Amino acid sequence: MTLLLVESIDARYGLLQAVRDVSLEVEEGETLALVGANGAGKSTLLCTIAGSHRPAGGRIVFDGVDVTRVRAHRRVRMGIALVPEGRRLFPALTVEENLLVATAAHREGPWDVEAVLEVFPLLRAHRSARAASLSGGEQQATAIGRALMTNPRLLLVDEVSLGLAPVVVERVYAALGELSQRGTTIVLVEQDVGRALAFASRVVCMLEGRVVLEGPARDVTREQVTDAYFGLARAGAV
Amino acid sequence: MSWVNAVIHGILLGGLYALLATGLSLMFGVMRIINLAHGSLALLGAYLAFLLTEHAGVSTYLALIAVLPIALLFGYVLQVTMLERSLRAGELVPLLTTFGLLIVIANLLQYFFSPDVHSLPSGSIGSASWRVSSTIQIPWFDVLILGIAIFVLVGLQLLLTKTQLGRELRATAADAETAELVGVNARGVYARATAIAVATAALAGVFYAMRSAFDPFAGPSQLIYAFEAVVIGGVGSLWGTLIGGIVLGVAQTVGAQIDVQYFALSGHLVFLAVLVVRAVAAGGLRRISLSRTVTA
Amino acid sequence: MVLDGVDFAVGHGEAVGIVGPNGAGKTTLLNVLAGSLRADAGRVELHGTDVSRAAAARRCRLGIGRAHQVPRPFGEMTVFENVFVGAAAGAGGPRSEVYDRAIESLDACGLSALANRRAETLGLLHRKRLELARAVATNPSVLLLDEVGGGLTDAEADELLATISRLRVGGIAVVWIEHIVHVLVRGVERLVCMAQGRVIADGEPAAVMRDASVIDAYLGTAVV
Repeated sequence: MTLLLVESIDARYGLLQAVRDVSLEVEEGETLALVGANGAGKSTLLCTIAGSHRPAGGRIVFDGVDVTRVRAHRRVRMGIALVPEGRRLFPALTVEENLLVATAAHREGPWDVEAVLEVFPLLRAHRSARAASLSGGEQQATAIGRALMTNPRLLLVDEVSLGLAPVVVERVYAALGELSQRGTTIVLVEQDVGRALAFASRVVCMLEGRVVLEGPARDVTREQVTDAYFGLARAGAV
Repeated sequence: MSWVNAVIHGILLGGLYALLATGLSLMFGVMRIINLAHGSLALLGAYLAFLLTEHAGVSTYLALIAVLPIALLFGYVLQVTMLERSLRAGELVPLLTTFGLLIVIANLLQYFFSPDVHSLPSGSIGSASWRVSSTIQIPWFDVLILGIAIFVLVGLQLLLTKTQLGRELRATAADAETAELVGVNARGVYARATAIAVATAALAGVFYAMRSAFDPFAGPSQLIYAFEAVVIGGVGSLWGTLIGGIVLGVAQTVGAQIDVQYFALSGHLVFLAVLVVRAVAAGGLRRISLSRTVTA
Repeated sequence: MVLDGVDFAVGHGEAVGIVGPNGAGKTTLLNVLAGSLRADAGRVELHGTDVSRAAAARRCRLGIGRAHQVPRPFGEMTVFENVFVGAAAGAGGPRSEVYDRAIESLDACGLSALANRRAETLGLLHRKRLELARAVATNPSVLLLDEVGGGLTDAEADELLATISRLRVGGIAVVWIEHIVHVLVRGVERLVCMAQGRVIADGEPAAVMRDASVIDAYLGTAVV
């Protein structure tokens, strides 16, 4: 069944149009990867779905309910969780406190502090450490854990591999894979196209605010993505 | 007539300032709102207690039990109606709205209560004191106020560190947008913070009114002392507020020891000195080199 | 290390584009060239003169002009006044010359009809043109363009490219950072790709965009 429906979304930052007439459908249990160059509008789209950015036009429908005008914290209580770009942990709070804040979502489910620490054992030793003192990988794990604490049905992940060592990225993706196995629907923005194609079941490529390529990950080739990524196949260009 | 006595009185006075400043510090720390009506809200608490003691004949302490819940509710409503909208209109707009509120409160109080000076009865403890030596006399009432101030600060500290509300408060203060993204209702958090701030202000106002005379225009001067205490102690730290209050109190009483007229002035001078020292320490007096600015 | 041993040269009247993934150091390089950031090591030379110690305003007067990514016009001034400030402060000279240059710049960027409008009333495309005109009015020998291609429709992008090629007729060199690659390659003869603070490719645009290391830098290494 369709869990998320994005319909003709327009999103702006001041005078700049970041997302133009984007429509998407995500089935429950799917993993969707959003790829594209910088400024393509991927993060803005995720923020619009999560509710921290108001769209200039279009609708977001989650589990059959129109949430376009619903405030972010209510969407979290309905089951949408975003791991924001740059992690954005609460720096003065400890790892455990960062996780506990998310219980504000009041959602039932398998995720609690213990469960998060099982998936990210590297955090156990740092559970009482201030979030600001953690390494990049530990912060990323905490940010994902914090989103999980809301027991989401739809997990939105924005650029999880930025600034992390490859071995740490492996671990993060392994955890995301487990989540997917358990039935969580995942939409992730990923710079590394190879990884995105390997992980997701479907891929969407954006360019200058529009969707320029869409399809099952195993059917889409790297060449197709490259062309869509730069838009160079357009008439008059290279 | 002794310096030791002056210092002790200063410390005790600091307790009242700390209690008064707590709400101001809380609102700025969580919401970046400088509530110019803070002193006036404290005064409202005093007048409410006054109504109850004059017309219901109860002791001030009993009146306090009624004043606090009313203050909590008032603060909640104030945030949800006036301050929430002001925040959305811009960072500096709350300054304007709270200033307007300050004026409205002063004039309403004058209208309903006349400009006459009043005082609240403080009971037997109000006049009791402990004669330590020939030069040192400690009023029990002031000790009570200091005790209550510490109690409130400890309570708030526990609230902030040990409860879910406290976590949500700290998270929202750090990053309201991200807090919303993990399910926290930022507006609800703000409303509860203001409720607590106004309740502590009312508490401080009642004790202030028991200690000295008050009139409808006493709000702004109390605001200034609270503001100075917050700034001296460092914005954003609850214990800093206690220290700030004590430093201010001691500055004032020691100044008064030199000459009674210097009471307020010495407090202001110490406040100014702290500001200057902080600015210099932060390198504010060095020219900022524009060539170091990086545009994104 | 944001910039690591970057060697970069632009010839008289040449147009060079700079591409690269996020964090490659493109904007930092531009800031070092413009003078808003001081490099820890190395030199910047203009017309053979070392300008490494010169502040941004001085470099502007010497001939390095800059158009920013997010146009920041002086909102309450008119379009003409905005450009006039650029002409007066950036290039100087007797008042009549300044006036003429301001008019020329407006013309070159197609803004003559809007000269008396307040800058804050302009839409995005016109603001970008104003940003360009103001930079051109400073009489630069090299124009630094910082991601000016964003947010434009195809038709608007065509217009922008036309404006820039008109400006180049006067002999101005152009250094252009851009994410919108398909617009950039139509406006420059040479493309430089940066990644992680280094130059990884430098040459003819089509060839650079087909270079495997460039594609890998953007998309991540190809899984064999």
